[in-house]
Amino acid sequence: MNKIKDEFIADPKNGGSPIKKKITVVLVGNPNCGKTTLLNRLTHSKESVGNYPRVTVTLARKSCVHDGLHIELIDTPGIYALTSQSGEERETREFIHSGQADIIVNVLDAGNLERSLFLTSQLIEMGLPMLFVLNMSDEAHSRQLTIDHHGLSSMLGGPVYESIATRGEGIKALLDGMVHMHRQKVSPEPVFLPYDAHLERAVEKVQRLVFELHPGSFDHNQSRWLAIKLLEGDDQILVQEGEHAHLLEMVHRQRYDLARDHGEECEFLFAAARYGFVHGMVTEAVHAPKTATGFLDWTNRLDRIFLHRFLGIPLLLGLLWIMFQSTFSLGEIPMGWIEAGVGWISATVASHIPAGLVHDLVIDGIIAGVGGTLVFLPNIIILFFFMALFSETGYLARAAFLMDRSMHAFGLHGKALIPLIMGFGCNVPAVMATRTIEDHRSRMITILVSPFMLCSARLPVFILFAGAFFGEQAGLMVLLMYFLSIVIAMVAAVVLNRLILRRDENPFVMELPPYRLPTLRAVMIHMGDRVAGFLQKVAGVILVGSIVIWYLQAFPRHEILNHDYDAEIARFQHMPEAVMYHETINALKMKKSQEELEQSYLGRIAQAIAPVFSPLHFTWKDTVAVLTGFVAKEVVVASYAVLYAQNDGVKERSESLRRALSTTMTPWEAFTFMVFALLYAPCLGTIATIRKEAGGWIWAGYSVVFSLTLAYSLSLSVIWIGGMVS
Amino acid sequence: MEYRLVDLKPGETGKIKGISGSINNKRRLTAMGIVQGKEITVEMIAPMGDPRIYSVLGYRLSMRNEDAQTISVVRT
Ligand SMILES: Nc1nc2c(ncn2[C@@H]2O[C@H](COP(=O)(O)OP(=O)(O)OP(=O)(O)O)[C@@H](O)[C@H]2O)c(=O)[nH]1
Ligand SMILES: [Mg+2]
Repeated sequence: MNKIKDEFIADPKNGGSPIKKKITVVLVGNPNCGKTTLLNRLTHSKESVGNYPRVTVTLARKSCVHDGLHIELIDTPGIYALTSQSGEERETREFIHSGQADIIVNVLDAGNLERSLFLTSQLIEMGLPMLFVLNMSDEAHSRQLTIDHHGLSSMLGGPVYESIATRGEGIKALLDGMVHMHRQKVSPEPVFLPYDAHLERAVEKVQRLVFELHPGSFDHNQSRWLAIKLLEGDDQILVQEGEHAHLLEMVHRQRYDLARDHGEECEFLFAAARYGFVHGMVTEAVHAPKTATGFLDWTNRLDRIFLHRFLGIPLLLGLLWIMFQSTFSLGEIPMGWIEAGVGWISATVASHIPAGLVHDLVIDGIIAGVGGTLVFLPNIIILFFFMALFSETGYLARAAFLMDRSMHAFGLHGKALIPLIMGFGCNVPAVMATRTIEDHRSRMITILVSPFMLCSARLPVFILFAGAFFGEQAGLMVLLMYFLSIVIAMVAAVVLNRLILRRDENPFVMELPPYRLPTLRAVMIHMGDRVAGFLQKVAGVILVGSIVIWYLQAFPRHEILNHDYDAEIARFQHMPEAVMYHETINALKMKKSQEELEQSYLGRIAQAIAPVFSPLHFTWKDTVAVLTGFVAKEVVVASYAVLYAQNDGVKERSESLRRALSTTMTPWEAFTFMVFALLYAPCLGTIATIRKEAGGWIWAGYSVVFSLTLAYSLSLSVIWIGGMVS
Repeated sequence: MEYRLVDLKPGETGKIKGISGSINNKRRLTAMGIVQGKEITVEMIAPMGDPRIYSVLGYRLSMRNEDAQTISVVRT
């Protein structure tokens, strides 16, 4: 009751009839026309944008209050037409058809009106209240296009606004427009597209029958719209009318007759009529200069370099190399500062807390684990900075174009490249991004292989290990891991194709947007999102993980050891002249902590599982790290930090974890661990996303089993080869 | 003279005559402006000759040759 009261208030101007206080507005338009950028501006949100088609793959709801009106805005995945087939496009279409929206805002790319208006021609027939926004009007201006708003507005039957979403221009006017449209309650002017006589006759016939079958529920416009949709073969509407066999039969006959007479399927007759209508509108309302389009010159020039037949792919590889290399080497510098900072905090805190359990928990558990992970923040920031640049400039779409053929050879869809590159950042959005792949099989393959991409969560593990075991060659080793992750993803795709999934290709048609200068705001959103995600993990799962591991390792406390080490150590300390005095004491201390560990909960767990990993030469600490990594890969490093802080007294953080690690394995063993860490099971977040996106635990389970098997057998081969070589 | 879109060379322009192939293929292409009567120009070629970039309705799209095979054009 309260909710209803809230939503409706009496409007004095309206004779007391209630009007809604809250409205739902949906943003609809072609992919990459700037809907999300607009939504961010309208509602001060931070949704991800990018200069390539199909960034948004799911509905997003945000809200704002303007002029006393609560406006809920829905951002939708971009669509080129209402007949769209792929998952994310259907979501948009279903939302539009669901009737939840009070107003539709049709976002148009002002520099690309003719194509944008095709979708518009389908939307305006629905007879819903609509606003039109000519976004990217800066680009239209620089192409010297002049657009007659009034003309367009009267042809479209709704007000036309102009905006530059990236700069926030035209936002207020648009909000005013929404409020105005809502308050005025102007019933939308129906727009009738002019179809030729044959089509009109068919529409009329079907419309009449629709009217009869649904007495009183549709007005003239609605029944006409339904008739057109039925004739166009809209599957959603056909299913909806499924009970009326008579109607469907009639529709079928009309479609058949029209197709026979025109030598073209019915829906394409409608499409042709729409394009005719759109072309007429554009000719009337848009005035372009006679001479060429200056604005696209830049795109042309850059494409001549980046898409060069011979230079294109080397350039792409070079850019990826620069990204990975800077992530590693530039990250080193601030990493040192953070390490020093953490070391200082640790020392300061240590001196204020008396020795004991609390001291150990804070220093060896929390600060070691959280600090040990936090040092990788610079690497993550740099990586995502590059990822943001790639996606914001429009280069990512080019990369997909360049690599399409090669992807094809590996049995992947060309569209798979974007999710895979996103996988370098985080596998969760990568799996989501596979929604743009229509073909179920290709999509499943992409979902299964994308977790092999070396994500930013695994990066710390490799930086740590490369630094500990490969000294001078550390940077090279990290690059090698990236290379390995790509090769393995590709090989896995081939294997999956052969073994399980048959291929069934869909057309790969992709819009190539013009190059755009990345806006600071968009780059910040992109990076901020990820950095916030990382920090959240540090404050959440890593903090908890560190405490749990510390606890499991420190308890149970008062177990009786086989040997009274303390007494023996004390005995040695009382004999100052003893030979090898220090070494003996140290050896005793080691033995003591070793035995304590074996008796701890963690030691017992690890010992139970150790046989599984002993063929890979993993120590029990490695085993523990691997186990904790199932939750989130960042925890692997935190585990090491806690494990070594506690037992080996790695107190001052800087460099020490590396040094402590470096004595525990041979480089081959370290490499084996790295290979295993790269491949074994996606993190929980990714597994959950796979389940959701692939539609079932089967796929998630499949992914886990597949990657575990691959990780184990490959690591086994590595250690085996290592044994042969050395 | 009627050609397939794949037969056009870079820089050449053709007028679209029709699309064959599956209904899905046709739907997608239609929605992106590949319709009878529109002019389409070959702009660029990927390293291995496939896919290629075309411009139509004033914007650019990339398309695989196997899809371009389904589009018939007349040279202009
Ligand atoms: N020059 C210019 N660029 C814009 C404008 N609006 C958006 N952009 C850029 O266009 C690109 C696409 O913007 P998005 O907001 O991601 O587009 P979208 O419509 O949400 O795209 P999808 O989610 O893929 O459907 C981004 O790089 C934006 O920065 C504008 O008014 N002018
Ligand atoms: Mg978007």
